[in-house]
Amino acid sequence: MSAELIKKTAAELAGLISSGEASAVEVAQAHLDRIAAVEDSVKAFTHIDPEAALAQARTVDERRAAGETLGPLAGVPIAHKDVFTTTDMPTTASSKILEGWRPPYDATVTRRLREAGLVILGKTNMDEFAMGSSTENSAFGPTHNPWDLNKIPGGSSGGSSAAVAAYEAPLATGTDTGGSIRQPAAVTGLVGMKPTYGGSSRYGLIAFASSLDTPGPLARTVLDAALLHEAFSGHDPMDSTSIDQPVPPVVEAARRGEVGGLRIGVVKEFGGEGYQPGVLARFHEAVELLESLGAKVVEVSCPHFTYALPAYYLIAPSECSSNLARFDGMRYGLRVGDDQTRSAEEVMALTRAEGFGPEVKRRIMLGTYALSSGYYDAYYGKAQQVRTLIARDFDAAFEQVDVLVSPTTPTTAFPIGERADDPMAMYLADLCTIPSNLAGNAAISVPCGLADEDSLPVGLQIMAPVLADDRVYRVGAAVERALQDRWGGPLLAKAPEL
Amino acid sequence: MLNEHAAHGSAAAGQARGGGAITRDEVAHLARLSRLALREDELDHLATQLDDIISAVARVQEVAAEDIPPTSHALPLTNVFRADEVRPSLTPDQALSGAPAADEQRFKVPRILDEEA
Repeated sequence: MSAELIKKTAAELAGLISSGEASAVEVAQAHLDRIAAVEDSVKAFTHIDPEAALAQARTVDERRAAGETLGPLAGVPIAHKDVFTTTDMPTTASSKILEGWRPPYDATVTRRLREAGLVILGKTNMDEFAMGSSTENSAFGPTHNPWDLNKIPGGSSGGSSAAVAAYEAPLATGTDTGGSIRQPAAVTGLVGMKPTYGGSSRYGLIAFASSLDTPGPLARTVLDAALLHEAFSGHDPMDSTSIDQPVPPVVEAARRGEVGGLRIGVVKEFGGEGYQPGVLARFHEAVELLESLGAKVVEVSCPHFTYALPAYYLIAPSECSSNLARFDGMRYGLRVGDDQTRSAEEVMALTRAEGFGPEVKRRIMLGTYALSSGYYDAYYGKAQQVRTLIARDFDAAFEQVDVLVSPTTPTTAFPIGERADDPMAMYLADLCTIPSNLAGNAAISVPCGLADEDSLPVGLQIMAPVLADDRVYRVGAAVERALQDRWGGPLLAKAPEL
Repeated sequence: MLNEHAAHGSAAAGQARGGGAITRDEVAHLARLSRLALREDELDHLATQLDDIISAVARVQEVAAEDIPPTSHALPLTNVFRADEVRPSLTPDQALSGAPAADEQRFKVPRILDEEA
């Protein structure tokens, strides 16, 4: 039973639990057994608490036995990105500066997972403070891609993607600031969704770039992603940028999954030089598939999208340099060099030098540079104008089409170590995902096959206007169904056994 | 902090840049502004990398953006207020639970006076 349970989708597990065919404890135990078997090679988690997970599962079983009506995902296990605060588990953002920290409050996303009866198995590894595309920037060591343990699982939500792709959990949370949900999902053969900015709460999410950070789901199917999206999204008075509107009907859209009559735009600027041929081949097949399913496909130009990457690498570091000023060794976290003679400022500088890894230091310095008064207009100010132009490109495109599509990433998963000390090469992984962060609109990545060169997963990105999150689920579900018919099952079934 | 840096770096302000975007002295100055006590070898390494990155992101200056308003945020937002009423919050023990040092319900920090001396 145990081995079968881990391959089930979240929706299937929820059905088994609610019908009494499996208990939440059995389901949790099956995943804990899987973690025990594969975690040494995958290293998806920064913290695992089997006893706490089983206790949560027992509570769900008891409530069900008492006749309570529970949420649609009650009893389903989940891996939780270590960027969300949790009172009962350490919260580190994979940084040495927060090693062992126990927050005094739960993030809104955490609280809603608990209220929905999801069973939190542990916290997942990530690039430190969510800065990176490979999860190599973790103070606690890299996570490995279950498709090929020598490859990166994407980042920054790479522990989450690896956990779900390795069947250690059917669901995981992530956060997406420049692609940190969609890119890890793409390179591990999963579904990863960045909701509309403000659609999911940032309260208790350790801030990287506040105008961009967006919590979202990772899952093995479009429906599972939608179920999790619905479980933790929606207005939160604790987040001043939270949208006070109902969550778009994402679950209904994921169940519906059809594209007849829909207008789909292929972003002209994303493709060609710098893109892996196998990625482009699977992408073009997916576009043909959408056409065969009844969508009307046109090419759309978004001329400023090519400036999204440089604009992002000014805006995000600028916000990061300000946000990370709070890690100063005074109120919580690491403190280094307090020998009763040094000043607070000296202790801060020693603490931050010791507690932050190289990428975080680079971005803090870059942001400090871009925001300094002599350079502000030429860099940060200009990047903000580019942000306006990118939002206008989206507006113009969505007058012609209902959704835009592109490859999620220019390449498949690259080898661990290959780009570790080449920041510009690493940044290119976010080339196609960044525009939706800058404009705040909804975007999803769904698996569209394996690249011929390396037999590694390729992601199809589907983008929709702000608050049209349901539309990307609708298109994603149609693609998923048609491709699974063609493949005879989920893409992940082609992954090698761990 | 802004003014401190402006005095240091304003000579090069606004120039279109490409290679040689930032000097090692400027990097050392940025580290001080960022409260990062970096080693000499870290500064050397960062100087090269920041130069590469700044040269690349300077591409934003190619965009014709005359009269384009800046966007700081993706959503049209107005200030959100709540009623000014007392609500439960963290206890002193909770608030101090992660403190590196605490004393009499306060965060205990290294000396902050006479820093400029």
